[in-house]
Amino acid sequence: MAQLTMAKALNEGLRKSMEDDAKVVIMGEDVGKLGGVFRVSDGLQKDFGEHRVMDTPLAESGIIGTAIGLAIRGYRPVCEIQFDGFVYPAFDQIVSQLAKIHARSAGQVKMPITVRIPFGGGIGAVEHHSESPEAYFAHTAGLKVVACSNPLDAYFMIQQAIASDDPVVFFEAKRRYWEKAEVDTSAVPAPLWHARVVRPGTDVTLVAYGPMVKTCLDAATAAEEEGRSLEVVDLRSLSPLDFPTVFASVRRTGRLVVVHEAPKSIGLGAEIAARCSEELYYEMEAPVLRVTGFDTPYPPSRLEEEYLPDLDRVLHAVDRSLGY
Amino acid sequence: MSLGSPATTDLVTETTPVATSTSAGPELVQLLTPEGERVEHPDYPLSLSDDEYRAMYRDLVLVRRIDVEATALQRQGELGIWAALLGQEAAQVGSGRALRPQDFAFPTYREHGVAWCRGVDPLRLLGLFRGVSNGGWDPQEKRFNLYTIVIGSQTLHATGYAMGITMDGAVGDADTAEAAIAYFGDGASSQGDVNEAFVWASVYNAPIVFFCQNNQWGISTPTGHQTRIPLYQRARGFGFPGVRVDGNDVLASYAVTRKALDDARTGQGPTLVEAFTYRMGAHTTSDDPTRYRLASELEAWKLKDPLERMKAFLYKQQIVDGGFFEALDAESADLAARIRQGCLAMPDPDPLSLFDNVYAETTQVLRDEREEFAQYLAGFSGGQH
Repeated sequence: MAQLTMAKALNEGLRKSMEDDAKVVIMGEDVGKLGGVFRVSDGLQKDFGEHRVMDTPLAESGIIGTAIGLAIRGYRPVCEIQFDGFVYPAFDQIVSQLAKIHARSAGQVKMPITVRIPFGGGIGAVEHHSESPEAYFAHTAGLKVVACSNPLDAYFMIQQAIASDDPVVFFEAKRRYWEKAEVDTSAVPAPLWHARVVRPGTDVTLVAYGPMVKTCLDAATAAEEEGRSLEVVDLRSLSPLDFPTVFASVRRTGRLVVVHEAPKSIGLGAEIAARCSEELYYEMEAPVLRVTGFDTPYPPSRLEEEYLPDLDRVLHAVDRSLGY
Repeated sequence: MSLGSPATTDLVTETTPVATSTSAGPELVQLLTPEGERVEHPDYPLSLSDDEYRAMYRDLVLVRRIDVEATALQRQGELGIWAALLGQEAAQVGSGRALRPQDFAFPTYREHGVAWCRGVDPLRLLGLFRGVSNGGWDPQEKRFNLYTIVIGSQTLHATGYAMGITMDGAVGDADTAEAAIAYFGDGASSQGDVNEAFVWASVYNAPIVFFCQNNQWGISTPTGHQTRIPLYQRARGFGFPGVRVDGNDVLASYAVTRKALDDARTGQGPTLVEAFTYRMGAHTTSDDPTRYRLASELEAWKLKDPLERMKAFLYKQQIVDGGFFEALDAESADLAARIRQGCLAMPDPDPLSLFDNVYAETTQVLRDEREEFAQYLAGFSGGQH
């Protein structure tokens, strides 16, 4: 077992996928010689060649559009969008083509394409480098959407996403790239579409994904000192959502707080709250609460600590939930 | 130059130095005059057998018959909409017949003539416009991608496919190597995706032909609002050759596309072919061209009709007789009848089929939604609603 950062775990996962399947190719801006701006593909071009790790022209629609053509040809492309806020030039190809070609072709054309997107804030960046656009994609039929929160998941989830015959938008919590954890590469991974209870508890359920999982775990540790037991669920998959795991947790605690960096309105939290009200109306002790980014553009970085949910805001919501 | 006010918009139309819609300029590659005279071009020698000439004309006639029948079916309420190819038969049949079996074509939604050349049953096309399917055929089997409706998107798909040809080592041999062809129109030439496809194809030296049917109109917008230079000249700025061919000349369309495809498959990179033609019908059956163009323009283009010039050529060559045309008329009528009957007999899809094939591996969320809807439907007597 090795201590790996999440960036390195992703790198190792990509390497394994490329070794396992000669049809896997990586394409994106600066992914080759440079190894990506976050070094997630570091060293792969050197080892696998320029045909399998392509430094593309600087045009996101072109990256996704040509990846679709390569998939029709039988390849299994892994596309990197350099930053969350740069995905919109590719939005049409992702939503109107990538998501729909399998259905349009009555299942005759598969789209085994992984779109990697570093997402979320907290790194002091300029505009367009800290966004959380996952709801756009989770709202689109035909796409699958996942978010990894830690090195172990990162190592396996990227391989599972690449092996999937469906298009997967793969969100990487960029401010967690440098956090280390033990990665047992011989472990048996959980199915990609399953959420996971990452900390059991009895009083309130916290549901999060990506960068907010650590925030929630920290909040749970702090709450424990006050004698409160919080359960933390890492969604991992944002589409499809693993409702059985969420429902089972909320049945145990009776209370739910959903935490994400993305703006509150029409976000993942809204969907989870709606489903819980449909399924658990008589079992919940309090309304579902949300701790999220605000319904504003992502702020200049000197204000991002105010914008991003943190331990105190999560615990404040826990207090409110327990106050019902 | 600003397009900011109505006044300057008019100015653009008047001063834009593009060819008017009936004049293609001296650079036009033509092998058959509108009168059906065979002319030579030094870069595009062409010698077909009598059978091949006759087959080319048969394609033109049958493709137009499919189009006319589909338009009629729409008028009678059997199709939701139809995008007519009337006037563009030669560009499509010429380029479509230039494809070798191993080549792969990426069409828009108007490539009924290319579909015909790739062996796609016309009824499959009608299924899309009737609304029973969003696709309708196996793209891999036909080596003809599904119709792509968002303008220009498919040019990137074709380019990626062509990059894959190179990666597979399937470039080089003049007979067995592969090439891709992307169809699009003059309107699409303004799209970012088309320009990105040009960049990618050029940088990767991809084995692809960009086949632009400049039919002079993007719905109501003339080509002069898309470009200030002839479209084929755009290629030079991207680093590959462009050629303008008479899109109403099936022989020239064939010869120019054949050479461009063979250049691509032998590793010489992309070519932009601008097929200069005319959309003689409406954009679709929902459109009304009388609101934006003069009848005189259509009359001028009727003199360049792609079928008439090929018919005149066949007569001049003395390789057809009355029996040929009679037999073709009968075949054409049979085809139309088959299409009509097939269209009317086409069943609506099962309501629950809308959940099929959303994913290669479906999800529990979708299974639950399907089950809920199935129970809802079953609540009506006899399962009808």
